[in-house]
Amino acid sequence: MSTVSEQTAVESTESKVEHPIAPYLRMDRMPHIWCPTCGIGTVVKCYATALGEAGVDLDKVAIVSGIGCTGRVAGYMNLDAFHTTHGRAIPFATGLKLGRPELLVTVFSGDGDLVGIGGNHFIHTARRNMDLLVILVNNFIYGMTGGQNAPTTPLTAKTSTMPYGNFENPFNLPHLAASCGASYVARWTCLHTRRLTKSFKEALGRKGFRFIEVIAPCSTLYARLNRLGTGFELMRFYHDNAEIRHDADLNDVAIDFQGKIVCGKFVDEERPTFIDLMHAHYERTLGDKYRPMPPEGGWIHE
Amino acid sequence: MKTDPAGVLTGAHYLDGDFACGEGAMAAGCRFVAGYPITPSTEVVERISRRFPMMGGTFIQMEDELASMAAVVGASWTGTKCLTVTSGPGFSLMMENIGLAAMMETPCVVVDVQRGGPSTGLPTMVGQADMMQARWGSHGDYELIALCPQSPQEAFDLMIDAFNLSEIYRIPVMFMMDECVGHMTEKVVIPEADQIEIVPRKLTSQTPEEFLPYRVNGGYVPEFARAGDGYRFHTTGLTHNEHGYPVMSAECQEQNVRRLIYKIRDNADQIVRFEDDGVDGADIVLVTYGITARVAQMAMEMAREQGVKVGMMRLIIAWPFPEKRIKELAGKIKAFVVPEVNYGQMVLEVQRCAEGLAPAVLVSHGGGGVHEPETIVEAIMGAAK
Repeated sequence: MSTVSEQTAVESTESKVEHPIAPYLRMDRMPHIWCPTCGIGTVVKCYATALGEAGVDLDKVAIVSGIGCTGRVAGYMNLDAFHTTHGRAIPFATGLKLGRPELLVTVFSGDGDLVGIGGNHFIHTARRNMDLLVILVNNFIYGMTGGQNAPTTPLTAKTSTMPYGNFENPFNLPHLAASCGASYVARWTCLHTRRLTKSFKEALGRKGFRFIEVIAPCSTLYARLNRLGTGFELMRFYHDNAEIRHDADLNDVAIDFQGKIVCGKFVDEERPTFIDLMHAHYERTLGDKYRPMPPEGGWIHE
Repeated sequence: MKTDPAGVLTGAHYLDGDFACGEGAMAAGCRFVAGYPITPSTEVVERISRRFPMMGGTFIQMEDELASMAAVVGASWTGTKCLTVTSGPGFSLMMENIGLAAMMETPCVVVDVQRGGPSTGLPTMVGQADMMQARWGSHGDYELIALCPQSPQEAFDLMIDAFNLSEIYRIPVMFMMDECVGHMTEKVVIPEADQIEIVPRKLTSQTPEEFLPYRVNGGYVPEFARAGDGYRFHTTGLTHNEHGYPVMSAECQEQNVRRLIYKIRDNADQIVRFEDDGVDGADIVLVTYGITARVAQMAMEMAREQGVKVGMMRLIIAWPFPEKRIKELAGKIKAFVVPEVNYGQMVLEVQRCAEGLAPAVLVSHGGGGVHEPETIVEAIMGAAK
């Protein structure tokens, strides 16, 4: 009898207590599709926490994802949310931002989506310093399609399409983003939840192209193909091998197979965004004739 | 409602088709354009980028046509009317996100100033060989609307219709110009703003609590909520239910995609648009569109002088195709003659809809020029025998 009453007590407590990030999620879509020990959920938790801490008006926040495991994030966030085509989250988000400049637009997608098929958009949008927060979850592999080689796969790591080990050089993403003109660049792992949350919150308050790379475990594919152990062991690996160096030379932050993961905030510079530059230039060249798009967009209504 | 006067350059002008197309878009209320330069379409965005800063519009030159089309679909979710402009090679790249626009039911207009193809083809010279691509170019099943102007004046006038149709049906609308119409310069009369009727984005009157982004209550077109108005909706290119949530099932596919198809098919009688010239009592009917309609006009007059009873049906809207009208004519005439600057595209539709009751004779021109009227006359005479 006592066991039964204990269970009842636990259940009734659970029904009253809501998870602190539940208001930020579409709870009617739970459970999510991610595997046990996947890192994406942790990144979502940190992002949702940061949205709350930053105190932004959630009605003005839009989230855009592409395709892939991380591409499903938009589908779980209780925001205006867009699950778009593979690689095109950044240009789609560019349209949203320019169509209604008052929106706070976050792109949340994976490495294959944003810098594989979407690589061209990534570099040009960083070059423009477009006002977007870009969160890239890097699990070193194409997860949703079954573990194929990615533009981030470390040299020698095994993937389903490089079964003898990867021989292509991967991107060094913070270096790429910074050299293209991103105004905020950081990298963390899924173990650094406090720092990651802080970084998201900080980036939400900045303008321009803000890029945050999050190294995330994929125990179903990447770890299994490379015999790296369980999710717990992957987190222990981050614990032992992540090194925080905010002032790192970005030439030195490339990721080797099972090597050091240099984390930190590498770039945080206030620079005029695409929209700032456009306004300033037209005001200078056209004077009073310039009529900028209103913050709520260029829509025509009765 | 009447359009925003800021975008309307009222008066009589001497404009090429590309400029007239750009003026039409601005008059229709378009305030966001993303594009990538490509001959022979670039003048459209050159015109717009010069005038937009004075009317609250934003133009951005994207890194490619994949990005241009994606940005247009994104911007449309803010309620801002959106356009992109391209030619064949760029049109191919846009197909990916034209499919997304169809699936998400996003109003937008895509201009294709057709040049000779395939591949890089004839960048500066005319073609009409993207007509089937306009209809079928993105993967999967969907329906859309495609218009075919034959003059700079029509490039202006039909652009207003293109935007209005995209709003009514929440679809991407294809604006199928060709290099000749794009680059010919003629008189274009732009009316006063209060003479231009536009269809505004119809926003939902429901509260965020009641609203579901793809609920139609037995109708065809769901109500729209803009990003940033507190609706916190979700939309996706995946097969989705009325919540906009992905559901991977044959049942949901049927519910979702059937409506995308039938919102156009069931309304085709209202959408289909063509112009007849001497079709009643004709033995031969020319079916034409775009620049070729103007060449065929001369051929028709020449054949009439030789005593042939010939009429012309000019497609103003090519998709949806006027199936019923073709079938009706097929039972009354000897033959259709279909001149096209391609090796046979819309002629296939004429043949399909004629159901064997009358032959449809293709008069092809491979591109890089237009037909000699005599070539079309010859086909008319042959078909009239």
